[in-house]
Amino acid sequence: MTETTPDAVPAAPAKPQVIEAPADRTRRLRVGGVMLVFALIGLGLAAFTKSGKATFQLVSGDLEHNLLGLPAQPVAIVLGILGVGAAVAYILRQVPQRYAGWLAAVLGVAFIGAFLCWASAGKTFPLANQFQGTLNFATPLILGALAGVLCERAGVINIAIEGQFLVGAFTAALVSSTTNSATAALIAAAASGVLMAALLAVFSIKYLVNQVVLGVVLVVFATGITGFLFDQFMQPEAEKLNTPNVLSAVKIPGLADIPFIGPILFNQTILVYLTYLAVAVVTFVLFETRWGLRIRAVGEHPKAADTVGIKVKRIRYSAVLAAGVLAGLGGAFFTVGYAGSFAKEMTAGNGFIALAALIMGRWHPIGAMVAALFFGFATQLQSQLQIIQTPIPGELLLMAPYLATIIAVAGLVGRVRAPKADGEPYVTE
Amino acid sequence: MHLELSGLTKSFGSLVANDHIDLVIEPGEIHCLLGENGAGKSTLMNMLYGLLQPDSGEIVIDGEKVQITSPSDAIKHGIGMVHQHFMLVPVFTVAENIMLGRENVRAGGVLDRKKADALVLELSDRYGFEVDPEALVEDIPVGVQQRVEIIKALTNDARVLILDEPTAVLTPAEIDELIGVMRQLKENGTSIVFITHKLKEVKAIADKITVIRRGKVVGQAEPSASEEELAELMVGRAVDLVVDKEPAEPKDAVLRVEGLTVIDERGFTAVDGVDLEVRAGEILAVAGVQGNGQTELAEALLGLTPIAAGTISLDGRDLTGRSTRQRLDAGIGYVPEDRAHDGFVGSFSVAENLVLDLFREAPFGNGMMLRTDEIEKNAQARVEEFDIRTQGIDQTVSSLSGGNQQKVVLARELSRPLKLLVASQPTRGVDVGSIEFLHSRIVKERDKGTAVLIVSTELDEIAALADRVAVMYRGKVVGVVPADTPRDELGLMMAGASKSEAHEVAIENPTTLGTI
Repeated sequence: MTETTPDAVPAAPAKPQVIEAPADRTRRLRVGGVMLVFALIGLGLAAFTKSGKATFQLVSGDLEHNLLGLPAQPVAIVLGILGVGAAVAYILRQVPQRYAGWLAAVLGVAFIGAFLCWASAGKTFPLANQFQGTLNFATPLILGALAGVLCERAGVINIAIEGQFLVGAFTAALVSSTTNSATAALIAAAASGVLMAALLAVFSIKYLVNQVVLGVVLVVFATGITGFLFDQFMQPEAEKLNTPNVLSAVKIPGLADIPFIGPILFNQTILVYLTYLAVAVVTFVLFETRWGLRIRAVGEHPKAADTVGIKVKRIRYSAVLAAGVLAGLGGAFFTVGYAGSFAKEMTAGNGFIALAALIMGRWHPIGAMVAALFFGFATQLQSQLQIIQTPIPGELLLMAPYLATIIAVAGLVGRVRAPKADGEPYVTE
Repeated sequence: MHLELSGLTKSFGSLVANDHIDLVIEPGEIHCLLGENGAGKSTLMNMLYGLLQPDSGEIVIDGEKVQITSPSDAIKHGIGMVHQHFMLVPVFTVAENIMLGRENVRAGGVLDRKKADALVLELSDRYGFEVDPEALVEDIPVGVQQRVEIIKALTNDARVLILDEPTAVLTPAEIDELIGVMRQLKENGTSIVFITHKLKEVKAIADKITVIRRGKVVGQAEPSASEEELAELMVGRAVDLVVDKEPAEPKDAVLRVEGLTVIDERGFTAVDGVDLEVRAGEILAVAGVQGNGQTELAEALLGLTPIAAGTISLDGRDLTGRSTRQRLDAGIGYVPEDRAHDGFVGSFSVAENLVLDLFREAPFGNGMMLRTDEIEKNAQARVEEFDIRTQGIDQTVSSLSGGNQQKVVLARELSRPLKLLVASQPTRGVDVGSIEFLHSRIVKERDKGTAVLIVSTELDEIAALADRVAVMYRGKVVGVVPADTPRDELGLMMAGASKSEAHEVAIENPTTLGTI
């Protein structure tokens, strides 16, 4: 036995200093550039803001009271300057890297604020409606993105969220129409989501089909089957089969009385409350439970999981099927949670937006929720602005959320690190 | 625990990886499984650990025949394994990795992290490991990751611990510590199966040695056997462990590197202000533990990775910022570290791979067309010259053995007139017979007056080839020393000590391997 680690050898020196890699620098400058462009547009809008008051309506439908009047131009200018400051601070690396995201958030809020001041100078902007609508659009996105988080954390890419939505929406409408039971409709929607998930699971985990191709095929399949059933069976007897009851709002006593946010957040349907719960539960399960630890392990390094006796495929099946529940419920929102009837291809690409939310949220439930809320906000804003008539053409506004999606997913997320084994089937020799 | 393997056989297609292998592991012994790369050691251990199923044969534990169909069976029977490529989830903490698969949970499956942390600390204390349970595995050094793997096996109450090539990623000092740990485990009654192809290590720690060649047990040996005897048993014929080479006759400097800095994609400084000079007719070996910037250095020389600062010149001509093509044309030959990934196209034939960087020009290219007759003629000549064992020049390179694949790569690189040959890990995963050949060809190229830069993590290879040794640690060259520098000194320099420090400390603290 010999002595080791002599004194001359520096014992465990500090971690090597992190210097910005060339690629990071380029990314910072590129992202910073985009931020600066937005900030300058915000400032420009402020310059062109009409004088007068911008009025914000704080309670939905109440045009007399609860109004917030702001001097439009001064506020817009202050926000514009704040935005430019945030962009410049980002470019010059004035804050530690992990807070850089906050600068983007500051810029985003400042930009939207300046934009709203510009758009509603001399007019009344229904702010409460804006947030209400945000939540409506975001609810299915959150559920879909959470489903994606569960699948992809376990290493299965789920492109088929859109398909799960469609099937869920159809099933919920059908079951609600025939049974008049909200509970039955939601359970049936969840079950149909699981059924789609089962197809995804079997073909990707057992038969090792390319998961991206498989996902797209499943979406096409869902579009086809719901379209077929709708035309052949549902539409001819629409009065019996396509008249689901829209879920009624349930007021939570106390919480619903909080000014402004109370009625928005706590006077909602059971499905929205389930969504809040789902975010908390998925976060907790993934990071604090045995099942979650194993899900993350098989998504990162399935072989390591195998060598400690974990059944990789079984865990993956369980995660994909559980995610099916969430995606099915997300689909239900389109019919029983909102529209009140099923229409062909009514999910209109929301499943793919949910996928974008999942990536923008960096495969984290909370991040996915924030991203989904952002997309919901953008969609709602577009329809609000059409109502109050801004000088911007409606077509351009309709495009905005999707443009925002591309920008966000391409650059603003920073370095995106997917689960390492995402999309890779696990094959044992 | 008394473990007996009898008649274990496993084939993959037509290849018999394990052919009726018998092996007995007595309680509390360190049993070395010695064999070349591809001899079938890992296959055997993967069967024991339940990752592979034997075609025939049986495993007997304490007199009882057992079926091991999955790793959980193996764990249940008290078998633990530390894999060559660590089975750790990089983005998990140490504690998470250790609890994975046997988590302590409270009601509802909620993880009991406190208990896991306590367990890590307890085992870490007992063996003097100093492992922080909260640290992310991707942030800790490889040597510590290995300890995490060992703790992982121990928390499963392993009574037989399989260590698959555990020293490949360690500095000599860390290897010494590992040897200490192995002895401590042995005292506690744990048996250890130690898989390696390194003779020095075998002699240092083994109680018993079993040699495997081409899937068969070819003999037992005592640790007192000489290295030559062990090598002969392992390879099947007498081997020259030392390359015949005359002292170098270096001329003018060919490669000049000044202040070379490379920042890797994670933002760490991989190569940190390196100055190097390689002269015509000499072999400069870059030594260091894997991951200290050697890979990036070699890639930067070829222009495969962008550099943050510094200059590279060849024969006085500035190559900084030139494309890889221009650098090759300037006379650099390159044997990449990961040959299967960067060195050849596996699905192409031997003949095609031999002209991968030559087909554009005459005689192999002719405007738009390839001249297949010339390509074939070239292939025949190279196959003969480099003793490439292939069924024909049309065989795909991926179907050759590691040694023959490497001969294809080296043959191609040496078929152009070179000023500088850069070879990264030229004999990694190559059988001893091919190592001899590859080494002698590299020396021959040096004798032709080519400047040669070798990157190697194997001290044996450094000793065999180098005229001068540059030791890298954390991206810096800590010193350039003569080839006859003692192993222990090199080892200390690989851990960051300067030349003079290393010299003093090495004399006072000889390591187990250094003294054999």
